Amino acid sequence: MDSRHVSGDARHLHDKVQIAAKILVVGHFAVGKTTFIGTLSEIPPLRTEETMTQAAADVDDLKGVKGKTTTTVAMDFGRLTLNDRLVLYLFGTPGQQRFVQVWEDMTRGALGALVLVDPQRLKESFAVMDLVEKYGIPYAIAVNHFDGNQARAESELREALDLLPETPIITCDARDEKSSAKALVSLVRYLQSRTRQEQR
Amino acid sequence: MTAPDEQEPESVGLVRPYVITNGREIADGDRFELVTLITAAPDQQQKSRLDPEKRSLVELCEGGYLSVAEIAGHMRLPIGVVKVLLSDLAEGGHILTRAPVPAAQLTDIQVLQEVLDGLQARFG
Repeated sequence: MDSRHVSGDARHLHDKVQIAAKILVVGHFAVGKTTFIGTLSEIPPLRTEETMTQAAADVDDLKGVKGKTTTTVAMDFGRLTLNDRLVLYLFGTPGQQRFVQVWEDMTRGALGALVLVDPQRLKESFAVMDLVEKYGIPYAIAVNHFDGNQARAESELREALDLLPETPIITCDARDEKSSAKALVSLVRYLQSRTRQEQR
Repeated sequence: MTAPDEQEPESVGLVRPYVITNGREIADGDRFELVTLITAAPDQQQKSRLDPEKRSLVELCEGGYLSVAEIAGHMRLPIGVVKVLLSDLAEGGHILTRAPVPAAQLTDIQVLQEVLDGLQARFG
């Protein structure tokens, strides 16, 4: 296990923590959400489950292999204590339409979302894009590099995903801490500029 | 790196979730959000009288604050079940909650700035 991860008894938050902020890491099945969260989290990523009324949900899988049938949907999440009073939670959320119940809970109070995209499987991102937009969550696109795959040109991606001109597109490697942190920073900067504009 | 995706999500245990919650659905689901912070109340005289699940929940929260999502993750219980347990425990005075973001006191702009500063300090 990574040494950054606190273990056992150290998993509680600092007593002074006042603010729990939430950022979503969304994307299709096996796009790298849990890898991204695990790379940045100070605790080993945890899994929570929400019982679904509908059966047959794919549980996200790092190996990108077989889905499995279950009546629950899993969300993996991680935690980052950013200062004495502020903790940031990163929630990995699957993007299928049938997970709307989970999205209700997940999006409430979220600052924004990082949409992980695999340029080779763009079509699979459409459902998650629909959900993010439906719930009005401000987002940035993070193109997760996979070995040997060339990212599509930004303009092509922008067109394919029908992005606003101001929506940031960042490339990142979910396995790399600096690269993942940079993607998160870009999202937060974008959220700041949006909030400032709204206040004008 | 840990890969929770490779783990089989464990079952709730020997009883089905609605048994743990005495057949109740979430009455006030809005009261607890995924990132509502929970800690055990300092005085726990009555703890031994609690159901096993509630007692373990209180014990989990004795060391400090944890979010609702973390409690569910550590206890391997669905979020909905944890919310019911928390609701009962709050009523009985066993746990204390800290609301997610004291919205009136802090604007999004301030929170975003702190998040940004924190990320940059941490990851350079």
